[in-house]
Amino acid sequence: MGSQGGFYQSKEFLDLVKSIGEARSKAEEDRIVLSEIETLKRRISEPDIPKRKMKEYIIRLVYVEMLGHDASFGYIHAVKMTHDDSLLVKRTGYLAVTLFLNEDHDLIILIVNTIQKDLKSDNYLVVCAALNVVCKLINEETIPAMLPQVVELLVHPKEAVRKKAIMALHRFYHKSPSSVSHLVSNFRKRLCDNDPGVMGATLCPLFDLITKDVNSYKDLVISFVSILKQVAERRLPKAYDYHQMPAPFIQIKLLKILALLGSGDKQASEDMYTVVGDIFRKCDSSSNIGNAVLYECICCVSSIYPNPKLLESAADVISRFLKSDSHNLKYMGIDALSRLIKISPEIAEQHQLAVIDCLEDPDDTLKRKTFELLYKMTKSTNVEVIVDRMIDYMIRINDNHYKTEIASRCVELAEQFAPSNQWFIQTMNKVFEHAGDLVNIKVAHNLMRLIAEGFGEDDDTADSQLRSSAVESYLRILGEPKLPSVFLRVICWVLGEYGTADGKFSASYITGKLCDVAEAYSNDETVKAYAVTALMKIYAFEIASGKKVDMLPECQTLMEELLASHSTDLQQRAYELQVVIGLDAHAVDCIMPSDASCEDIEVDKGLSFLDGYIQESIEKGAQPYIPESERSGILNISNFRNQDHNEASSHSLRFEAYELPKPTMQSRIPPASLASTELVPVPEPMYPRESYQTPVPSVSLDAGSSELKLRLDGVQKKWGRPTYSPATSTSNSTLQKTVNGITQVDGASTSNSRTRETYDSRKPQIEISPEKQKLAASLFGGSSKTEKRPAAVHKISKASSHVMEKSHVPKYSMEVASEKTASVQQPPDLLDLGEPTVTSTSPLVDPFKQLEGLLDTTQVASAVNHGSIAAIESPDMMTLYADTPAAIRNSDLLSGLSNPSIINMPGDTTTTQPMQSSKGPNLKDSLERDALVRQMGVTPSSQNPNLFKDLLG
Amino acid sequence: MIHFVLLISRQGKVRLTKWYSPYSQKERTKVIRELSGVILTRGPKLCNFVEWRGFKVVYKRYASLYFCMCIDQDDNELEILEIIHHYVEILDRYFGSVCELDLIFNFHKAYYILDELLIAGELQESSKKTVARLIAAQDSLVETAKEQASSISNIIAQATK
Repeated sequence: MGSQGGFYQSKEFLDLVKSIGEARSKAEEDRIVLSEIETLKRRISEPDIPKRKMKEYIIRLVYVEMLGHDASFGYIHAVKMTHDDSLLVKRTGYLAVTLFLNEDHDLIILIVNTIQKDLKSDNYLVVCAALNVVCKLINEETIPAMLPQVVELLVHPKEAVRKKAIMALHRFYHKSPSSVSHLVSNFRKRLCDNDPGVMGATLCPLFDLITKDVNSYKDLVISFVSILKQVAERRLPKAYDYHQMPAPFIQIKLLKILALLGSGDKQASEDMYTVVGDIFRKCDSSSNIGNAVLYECICCVSSIYPNPKLLESAADVISRFLKSDSHNLKYMGIDALSRLIKISPEIAEQHQLAVIDCLEDPDDTLKRKTFELLYKMTKSTNVEVIVDRMIDYMIRINDNHYKTEIASRCVELAEQFAPSNQWFIQTMNKVFEHAGDLVNIKVAHNLMRLIAEGFGEDDDTADSQLRSSAVESYLRILGEPKLPSVFLRVICWVLGEYGTADGKFSASYITGKLCDVAEAYSNDETVKAYAVTALMKIYAFEIASGKKVDMLPECQTLMEELLASHSTDLQQRAYELQVVIGLDAHAVDCIMPSDASCEDIEVDKGLSFLDGYIQESIEKGAQPYIPESERSGILNISNFRNQDHNEASSHSLRFEAYELPKPTMQSRIPPASLASTELVPVPEPMYPRESYQTPVPSVSLDAGSSELKLRLDGVQKKWGRPTYSPATSTSNSTLQKTVNGITQVDGASTSNSRTRETYDSRKPQIEISPEKQKLAASLFGGSSKTEKRPAAVHKISKASSHVMEKSHVPKYSMEVASEKTASVQQPPDLLDLGEPTVTSTSPLVDPFKQLEGLLDTTQVASAVNHGSIAAIESPDMMTLYADTPAAIRNSDLLSGLSNPSIINMPGDTTTTQPMQSSKGPNLKDSLERDALVRQMGVTPSSQNPNLFKDLLG
Repeated sequence: MIHFVLLISRQGKVRLTKWYSPYSQKERTKVIRELSGVILTRGPKLCNFVEWRGFKVVYKRYASLYFCMCIDQDDNELEILEIIHHYVEILDRYFGSVCELDLIFNFHKAYYILDELLIAGELQESSKKTVARLIAAQDSLVETAKEQASSISNIIAQATK
């Protein structure tokens, strides 16, 4: 097919594509597309358009939509096109609907019938086309309409149909697992399909099923292992080879499945050791795909029950990855390392310099991956260096998504491993300062709680030291402009609770600062509320300690402003403040005891203090309260008495819509006190209103989830009583954990002072190798400190090896430069790759001859005449299932396979491997490229250079 | 699972998009804009992977065209890189030394081929020959129809041979 082999493409379409190609700006492109849309709108609704024309219009619509414009006016025409009898037209229609419609689009209902008809077609191409659409567009509601037919197609004579049917079922499983749960045995059956393509496709749904429920598939371990063995031994048809690797994509999928099945199962893992070891040995590490398989092997090894020999080979591969010049391999190496590090933490040590190089690499992707590794290997000895590094990086990036992630990681690590309270607070301050609004509010509550509770042990002086250092640091930070809201809340709260506790700062100083905050962030009501409450606390503490309170003038103006505030919350706080100031010392001490934020609040759920009032009312003739649980029975009786009440409270039938599940705090209990006990992570005795910020997000969250459309598989939950499961219980548990975590590491101060020192001295000159050495020591130190310290000082072998590593850095940057120039001159041929790809010999054969041969193989199922490949392969595939219960056994075929002589010799690759690796990288590269060019029949000279210039400018 | 496939030219022009996870038209435009901003500016020696909104995007440049696939966090990047290459090899075999123009003018063909390779975000066929055979079978239908040479039954007979 020529480059513009016109498939009914008119001049108009070519012109459109060309003019869009020539468009100089996005605006120009948009203008062209919009006028095209106008044309199409007009044309497409004309009567009696020839099919061929219509087809082109639809393709033009696809093009328009691909460029990001709305072509919805033409959807219905695409749908109409799928009804056509001719497969050609139908195929275009199907392509268009899969690209246009989402699975919940209204028009889908119009296609369902056509698809059903097409699935029954005796032309397998029609069936395939229909199955493609099924995979894209069928949703939960339409699955039942398709399911029986798709299941029938699982035994279709054409392997292409079987394969697509499997994928369709897989899709159904994704959409609604319950709809295909009874069909799982079909997947097992298809695993022993004669066609490797179908078998390979079956691995996709099986992988998902096994992810969900490992235990019911343990019986398949042996089968998977033997399939993998056969694949690795090249018993699949040559057509599945990819760059001389035997069916690598199937190998990868199988390794993934084995990793799941072997996880934590010693016996199953033992069955896998041999085959995984074989793959480690056989894999060709010079090709990209070989490395992909090797990486998957490492993932598998790190997931299954550990085996020292395999771990060793995995470590070898990792070191090869990390030493490679390719960034891709380094990235994979770092990733693999972080997987393996859980099992054998010591292997990180030998790669420390490589890891640090990756950390300082200009490539962001690599850097982030390295941070992930560091995150996984953080201990109390290296937490300071790692977290400092993370924060440095966090400050520099703009990507909010990643910033959030790295901030939460910093917080997590700091909470878990903090060597000292001071450090913890400083770290948290930095995180809040730079990523403030991205940090979860829970983290802020955690911090407040931590400051309030101290670090768990009964050392009051340490706690008060912590608090005063926090207060000091916050007062300093307040000088900076534009602090994030979350951070300000923490600051206000801490200043309110502990600002005057140690007597260092006067009440007027603190209140002045608080007023400044309220003024500077006057459009942030939450911060203002925190500030006012903090003011109230300070004044209350002053009054309680018997001092005379003078309100600052700016404070007074603030109060006047708030008393008239539009926010009722602020208003109320201001009024309360006024009242509290007017009370005497004793009363204030009762309602606002000093440092009592951690004390439990006793909530009198029975509301016993109202007993007297109730008694009084009943005596006056009021009706006694009937608990809800007993009410229905009584209502039946009361039916006789007052019928009009009946209607409103009857439980039998409800005609109004179900209300959204919201945190309905039962009306029996006063809402405020309940909220303060259940929703606020930092319970505060006297200020229930402070909790108002927390319920707000939780309510909105709930509302959000209820907006989702009705999902049938979750019905059970929604029709019952709306249950509210607040996040507070989890937050409480995390609080508990962190507090514990911190108490556990305390007193590592000697070691941390050392690491801090190294870190600080590193700062001025990052690039000097001894510094890097030190960084390595502080990161990877721990166990072998003694060994590393002399190395850093005397620069013996280790340092020198590092110098060597450093020395090729400039060379590498030169390579970058040369690569750049090379890429500019690249001919516009798509297969001129920047990366080495291994030549494959098979395509040298005429592809069409092979194609014919393949057609034969599949046609003549018995595979009598056709080459050894098919004859060997089909019976072998059956052996595997000898022990799977659902397998269809075929005894005649089985008899043939005990003969071990019919094994494809994998010898040829193993001999070529060393040869390849001995050549220099450049020579190999060019040879490969040359071979690839020849193999593809590609002429590297640029084709159609003029047109290209025309189009792309 | 692959969430979407994008083909973007060096100038940031979209050549092909295929979405396996639901994205609204608005989101699609945003995703394309965001990703082309990230990918097109990356240097040649860097990783072929980008972490993006909790997903990973694997891309590879062929001449002036970038092939990008968005995958889950725990997928194998190198494998995806090879799936891209696999696709390009099939395109190359089909068009005979494929160049960007082939994809511009015959983008629907590129879609058909992609449909034989990936389905619902998973690799359905790893044999180049099988894909080539299916595409050829579909095209033979096209050819015959073009020539108007034979009846429908004849076409089917030929296609199912």
